[in-house]
This record gives sequence, structure tokens and C-alpha cells, in this order.
Amino acid sequence: MKILVCISKAPDTTAKITFTENNTKFNENGVQFIVNPYDEWYALVRGLELKEANGGTVTVLNVGKADNDPVIRKALAIGADDAVRIDADTVDALYVAKQIANYAKSEGYDMVLCGKETIDYNGSQVAGMVAELMNAPYVSLASKLDVNGNTATIEREIEGGVEVVEVATPFVLSAAKGMAEARIPNMRGIMAARSKPLNVVAAIDASNSTVVKGFSLPPAKSGCKMIDADNVAELVNLLHNEAKVI
Amino acid sequence: MSILIYADSNNGTLTKNAFEAANYGGQLAKSTGKNAVALVLGSASGLEELGNYGITKVLHFADAGLDSFDPQKISAVVAEAAKSEGADTIIFAHDYTGKSVAPRLSAKLDAGLVSGAIALPNGNTVKKAVFSGKAFAEIEITTATKIISVLPNALDKVVTGGSAEVVSFSCEIPSTGLKVKEVRKESTELSLTEADIVVSAGRGLKGPENWGMIEELAKVLGAATACSRPVADIGWRPHHEHVGQTGLAIRPNLYFAIGISGAIQHLAGVNGSKVIVVINTDAEAPFFKAADYGIVGDAFEVVPKLIEAIKSL
Repeated sequence: MKILVCISKAPDTTAKITFTENNTKFNENGVQFIVNPYDEWYALVRGLELKEANGGTVTVLNVGKADNDPVIRKALAIGADDAVRIDADTVDALYVAKQIANYAKSEGYDMVLCGKETIDYNGSQVAGMVAELMNAPYVSLASKLDVNGNTATIEREIEGGVEVVEVATPFVLSAAKGMAEARIPNMRGIMAARSKPLNVVAAIDASNSTVVKGFSLPPAKSGCKMIDADNVAELVNLLHNEAKVI
Repeated sequence: MSILIYADSNNGTLTKNAFEAANYGGQLAKSTGKNAVALVLGSASGLEELGNYGITKVLHFADAGLDSFDPQKISAVVAEAAKSEGADTIIFAHDYTGKSVAPRLSAKLDAGLVSGAIALPNGNTVKKAVFSGKAFAEIEITTATKIISVLPNALDKVVTGGSAEVVSFSCEIPSTGLKVKEVRKESTELSLTEADIVVSAGRGLKGPENWGMIEELAKVLGAATACSRPVADIGWRPHHEHVGQTGLAIRPNLYFAIGISGAIQHLAGVNGSKVIVVINTDAEAPFFKAADYGIVGDAFEVVPKLIEAIKSL
């Protein structure tokens, strides 16, 4: 079983979000970067579980520059066999998807596993784009994945419930809560990660389709209006007459 | 030129988010002088109601083969419909369906996609929330064909009145390697992501046996119930109620957080709510900083009073 897990670099969930260059660039100063949590906890760990049960390999793939390598090494420490970094500045989701799809097609993976979205752009785009470019089935927001030969049974979230689908390999999946439990790399894994292969490959020419023009921060809340615990009726009054939400 | 709106249906009825997408597409069509055309796939009725939001024409492809969900088939059909209507903009709701279909379509048409739009475009630039709601980005789509998925509850509804003409549509449906085996509805209660009001509670409730008053509060408000991650993890509440960074992201009009401290990961899933009410015994709980209204007090005393006060409204 040949498994490709796409990982993205993301700012730590508790990072302070600020911008530079006239609010056009994320300020990376002092920010700690991590493997995007959905890619790591759900996609990578489930990939490793499938490999442990069925044999095969797990390769992690990242599109980015050399400053992503420490984050890629972390995925290797968790247990991936090898890593590939496609050497490119990530322009937008479609650009990244074209890089991934091109690589995945040429290497013949049985499945491409991604997280449901990154915690920076929250786009939920790349995995679906990769599937289309590979002309493969795509199951989004998957909470369960089992593979039997060339067929996978996948549960995915839908409005107020769950849908069970069956797809033929190769397929692309975006993983959400329920897929697997987070693993913490142990010392042996961290040591082993140093000597695992991290292959850097050149990017293909591809165009982008979107450009970020600028960022802004949400206006500060005007402050919380405190209501006395003995005057609950006043809260109801405010919600009804001031906020007009009940 | 026209704007094509994908209007999702479920069990023969248009979803709430179908109208969210129609409302966005209808307003965009009006401001740009284009026609708003909706596309509905599979068995569905009541389609002329889309006319209420400025849709002038509904394409209905009533093939039973489209009743079960397959994003590969849907994106192929949407692409054909966009071509036949000369659509330069395609609108989805940013929901389970939109997240599956819009990226496929973007790659198929090599068309730029902004997902989770929170406002109408300004020219070709679309605003969306990024960094889990901690910031906004303005993103320009540089391709001729543009795809936008709109975050539900982001835009006020503009009811135009009027009725849409429903015409049948068909094209080839590709065969794919996906089969839907089973659909399980986990609850018949109000869906969390579609609810206008959500009542959520956390560890401050001390035990699952104390959720009766939360459910009663939700009932008097016509609200859905939710919970924080620790509560779902220790099994006090089902996982599908967990809202936050790793659970569901919701943006109701009104969010009650009862006995939830407001960790940054929880806020990431609810900070799009229009009004937030926090009830907590700890005056220092970080959630108060993100709240509009707050009560420092014991949930076991405050919530029953709240229920009575709402009943007498």
C-alpha cells in the first residue's frame, strides 16, 4: 500500500496573528510553526495505522521552500518513511494542487490523504483540486477510513449525520475529527527522522488563479456588557430589544 | 453574462444553504447587471422559491443518478451548465457540499476559487476569514471564470420577491469510482450548522446528568445544543456536538457559552457568531473578552432563571 500524505506548515494555534508590509504579509516574527494539525493528527496518523496493519509505505509531501524542512522532519519523527518537498513558493491553492497532483500521478500512489483545511487560510481547497487533476474520487471531511485491497470504505460528515461511501483506489481524501488520535513523537522517532530521506524535487510550471491583496484584523469587540446574576431578565431584555436576536 | 448558483437539495427539498447561495448570487447579479441562474440536481421540488432571492431561471437536472452525492459527477454537471449559460461566476455555499464540489470545479475549469466568502465581491476581490477567524483576507481572483463559496449566515437576506422560471437541463454524467453505501442521520434535532441560536455548555456543568437545563433552554429558544471539546472527549456529550477548532465551526446569530472558559481553540469555532453570551462562575474566564453579554454566576442558578424569563417574553 503506497500512501501519500500531504502536509502543510501552519502557525501554532496560539500564535498571535499580525501582519507586515502594509498588511499584505503574515508577520512570521516570533511565530512557532507546526505541521497543520488536521494533516498531522488525522491524515498522517491514519496513514501510519493503515501501513502498520497492511504493510506499505507512507510518504509525506510538502510544497514549500527549505524553511519548511524542520516541520517536515517532525512528520518523519511521527513515523513517515520518507519525505518529498516540492521546492516552490506556495502561491495559491490551485498552484499547490497542480504540484501535488503532478507528483502523485507520476509516482502511482494508492491514496492521497490531506487534512480538511489548513488553519491559516482555512480554504478546504487543495485536496479536492488534487482529486480533479488526478481524475480520482474525492471524499471530503472523512472521519473514518478502512482499506481492503483496491477498495476503501470511508465515512464522511454530512449535514446532521454521516455518509458511508466506497471508492476504488487511487482516491483523495480530506481528513477530519474522528479519523485518528494524535501521536506524540518519541525520542527514537526524533532520532530516526534525522536520517530519513527528505527529497527535494523541482516544481513544475503552473499558473496561480488568486492573489492575496491584503489582510485585516477584526474590529475589537466593543466590550462585554456585564449583567448581574440576580437580574437575568435584563439579559433577556437586551437580547430581545437591543441585539434583536431572540 | 450570467452567474450560476449551485442550489443544493436534500431528500427532495432545497437546503437552507441553497437559499444562502441564491441570496449571494442574486445580489451579485443585480449589482453587476447579470442574470442569476440556479442549478438544482436530482429530485427536488419548490424550486420557484429561489425567485425570492433574485434568481430568474432555475435549471433542473432531475436525473435520479444525481440523488446520491458524488462530487465528481456534480462538478462535471456544473461545468456543463456554466458553459451552456455563459456563466463567468459560479456560487456555492461553503458547506459540506460546497467544500467537496467547488475545489474540483476550480481545478476542472482552471478558475480561481475563494472559499468561505463573508461579503459580496468588490470588483474581483473577495473577503474571507482566515487564521480561524482571527483575521480577514482580501483575495483577488485573476482568472476569467470565478468561483466563490459563501459562508452561511454571512450576508443579510434580500428578498426580492418574484418567481423563477424552472427549465429542465441535462448533460452527460460521467461514471466514477465512488458509491454511496449508506446515509445515517445521527439526530433528528436541529442541525448545528444551520441553527440560528446555539446553546453550548462545557465542563462547568460538572456532569452529563446536568444537561437537562441546557436542553430545556435550547428548546424554549428553538436552538441547537453544542458542547466544548473536553466534554465530548470524556463522553458527556456526543462528538457531533463539539464546536471549536477541531470540531464544527458555526456562526449562529446567537451563541450561549455556559461553563466554557473560552480557550483559543474553542473560540476559533464560534468567533463568527453575531452575538455571544457567556455565563461563567469565573470572572477571569477568557471567553468574556470575546463576548457581547456576560453574567458572572453559577449556571445552576442562572440558567433556570433564564428559561423562565424567556418563557415570559
